[in-house]
Amino acid sequence: MITFDEAILRYAIGPDELAAWIDQKWVRPLRAGEVWHFDDCDEARLDLICELRRGLAVNDEAVPVVLSLLDQLYATRNTLRHVRDAIAQLPDPTLHDVLARLELELEKD
Amino acid sequence: MDDPYKILGVARSATQDQIKSAYRKLARTLHPDLNPGNKQAEEKFKKLSSANDLLSDPAKRARFDAGEIDATGAERARQSYRNYAEGGAGGKYSDGFRFGDNADDIFAELLRRRSKGRRGGGGGFFDEEDEPLRGSDAQYSLKVTFPEAAIGATKRITLPTGKHLDVKVPAGTKDGATLRLKGQGNPGRSSGDAGDALIEIKVEAHPFFTAEGHDVLVTVPVTLPEAVLGGKVTVPTVDGKVVLSIPPGSNSGSVLRLKGRGIPHGKARGDQLVTLKVVLPDRPDTDLETFLRGWAEKHPYDVRAKLTMG
Repeated sequence: MITFDEAILRYAIGPDELAAWIDQKWVRPLRAGEVWHFDDCDEARLDLICELRRGLAVNDEAVPVVLSLLDQLYATRNTLRHVRDAIAQLPDPTLHDVLARLELELEKD
Repeated sequence: MDDPYKILGVARSATQDQIKSAYRKLARTLHPDLNPGNKQAEEKFKKLSSANDLLSDPAKRARFDAGEIDATGAERARQSYRNYAEGGAGGKYSDGFRFGDNADDIFAELLRRRSKGRRGGGGGFFDEEDEPLRGSDAQYSLKVTFPEAAIGATKRITLPTGKHLDVKVPAGTKDGATLRLKGQGNPGRSSGDAGDALIEIKVEAHPFFTAEGHDVLVTVPVTLPEAVLGGKVTVPTVDGKVVLSIPPGSNSGSVLRLKGRGIPHGKARGDQLVTLKVVLPDRPDTDLETFLRGWAEKHPYDVRAKLTMG
């Protein structure tokens, strides 16, 4: 977990820049009094934002679009994992039935 | 490995010149040649040197600041954002996208169908009638100091939604404990309840307190005269400073108990255990040496015979 000052040093960004990112909810740290708490997840998201902007030259207008798409993708993958886990708990005959129907559905594409 | 900035006693924003001068100042007092036989100074000097090696090299320092290497110069493993986003911790970034949060969500349709089936009603698979769905939980971390976790504290926090909350950190909270704030998570759908905010408490390592069960342990350095003759010393506790009486003839390593100064549990409270550590003057003193030579001749004592070491 890191503070605001540690974050601007680590990611080599200006304080105004980071404040704007928080303002636009690109990153959502918790604030306690005057101190910002960036948890491990926030740090990984800052890594991602910096990679998008510097490594992949994604401009500031496109960053929230990319973040939102990634969040949707990850949330969907997460949900699919829950579906998979729920299906895996079905009794054998039902499980085979579900998998057979799934195969039929996939063949429609 | 300790934070090299703390070892050098400089801010993370210190210039290279400030780092150089901080190093020189500390090196002058800790250099092994100036402290012959002083193990503690030798240890400190080693740490100081490696901190200086890291921070005096702008390239290494930049990599350390960027979290690419740790204080020993080893590569730090980086977690990809996906590991968090697909796990539970990404909850605060997935509001509106998670299972059933969204009216158009294909999985929400499955859930609606199930609740209709249970009520025995008809309703097709793609029935548009909205069922209330609970919002997802949002996860956060909050750092607290050792005394705050020990005796409890109220922290005023601001959620990314802009909402202010007073979080009660109960006495005796352990590192990694999670506080659940009911209804402070992501909003529900169709008048469903909001999820909860889950706040993981991280207890900061303290420079001198550690916990053992309900007791707080602290090591307090005392001078040779304080150990031999006794005296009063001020010691820190989680409630603030208290005066502790050192009985005459206290050995290095002896433990004094401050009753009820530990961590509360139920109506009871643990103790603080103070371990005394006798510390000799920084530089060998000829007065002391002369005195001890005379004293040792008249009062020989063998401390290792009993342990069959000597």
